[in-house]
Amino acid sequence: MRDGQVVKGVRFRDHRVVGDILELARRYRDAGADELVFYDITASPEGRSVDRAWVGAVARLLDIPFCVAGGIGSVADAEAVLAAGADKVSVNSPALQRPELIDELARRFGTQCVVVGIDSMAADGDYRAQLNTGDATRSRDSGRASFDWMSEAQQRGAGEIVLNCMAADGVRAGYDIEQLRSARTLCTVPLVASGGAGSAEHFAAAFNDAGVDAALAASVFHSAQLDITTLKSYLRSQGVEVRT
Amino acid sequence: MSGADVVIINSGGANLASLRFALERLGARSEVSADPHVVSAAPRLLLPGVGAAADAMARLRAAGLIDAIRALQQPLLGICLGMQLLYERSEEGAAPCLGLLEGEVQRISPAAGRPVPHMGWNTCKLQRPDPLLAGLGDGDHFYFLHSYAAPATERSSATVDYGAPLCAVSARGNFHGVQFHPERSGPAGARVLRNFLEL
Repeated sequence: MRDGQVVKGVRFRDHRVVGDILELARRYRDAGADELVFYDITASPEGRSVDRAWVGAVARLLDIPFCVAGGIGSVADAEAVLAAGADKVSVNSPALQRPELIDELARRFGTQCVVVGIDSMAADGDYRAQLNTGDATRSRDSGRASFDWMSEAQQRGAGEIVLNCMAADGVRAGYDIEQLRSARTLCTVPLVASGGAGSAEHFAAAFNDAGVDAALAASVFHSAQLDITTLKSYLRSQGVEVRT
Repeated sequence: MSGADVVIINSGGANLASLRFALERLGARSEVSADPHVVSAAPRLLLPGVGAAADAMARLRAAGLIDAIRALQQPLLGICLGMQLLYERSEEGAAPCLGLLEGEVQRISPAAGRPVPHMGWNTCKLQRPDPLLAGLGDGDHFYFLHSYAAPATERSSATVDYGAPLCAVSARGNFHGVQFHPERSGPAGARVLRNFLEL
């Protein structure tokens, strides 16, 4: 999300507008999406909380769960978003900068409301968590290894981890199965694969080979390259339990 | 009373808006209140909740709502934590609860392929006839978001299998509870709410 529009980039750069928020929310609801995630990508780089005017409108429209991310840095920020009707909040850069935020949110809202997003990039033979990834000019290494951070986030009360494998993002060449599989062994809360989906087979691999609990995708749906009904019937044929 | 069809009891949870919108989509007028007089006079009530059982009970107590809720004769539906509050006690914060349903709420044990919190869509097994589940079957998916649950018993109207069988829907007299979120469970959840409005 940026300026009231839904945008999508490639490897977190060169974002293009793909549509109006409510129009896309309605479209994905009707198509059978199981959950929607809204990232206000410029909130953290610009040092502001997510703009909430649209959250209530989305909540009024949707009868499936949705999660809001972007610049949520305090209990008050999260409260406003949840009060407007969001089901979960996802924190990323603000939690890297002040990890106690996760404890505070979990204590106030319960761990099931608290998603920690990790933007992970391979570097020096390790995976590193990145900060402020919504703005290519301010994006930088957080100083933490992705998996160390993932373990700490869980201890602090993360109820779900979204692992966004940045090198795969927007490229549609498949999820980073190797990284997700390693993450799975350390992740005792629901793990969501993010970054790289380009075909129904990619989703099946994330579920069956990496053992994730959910798979998140954007480009492949925004471009209408893959529709959700086709994807779900394929996943069912591959032994993945999906909502009909 | 303001002529609301449903009063949503304000237990301090942050997610009252999604319930209000779900009722609005069904054409029902709702009002959020923590006033014992409004609660006592409501035609029917929803008890939602997000957070910890002990905190929610403390808030109900502070608002003078415990006795008012226990004395209700009209239909009440507890949702997620709101359902858990209907039981005798919860392991979460060792909280004594409302005691309107029999049993104790326990933490879900994580297992391989069954991470906790239980977060996502699951089907339920219908165990006994319940007007809340009219028109729904074993193939319908509901959205769950919780770390605690009551174990399935012979009183459960529907159960969900998550490592162990958990109670998904239960009722005792006018007190009903659903562990899933009907307001976020697509058309199946809307049907549950509509059934409740018709009780």
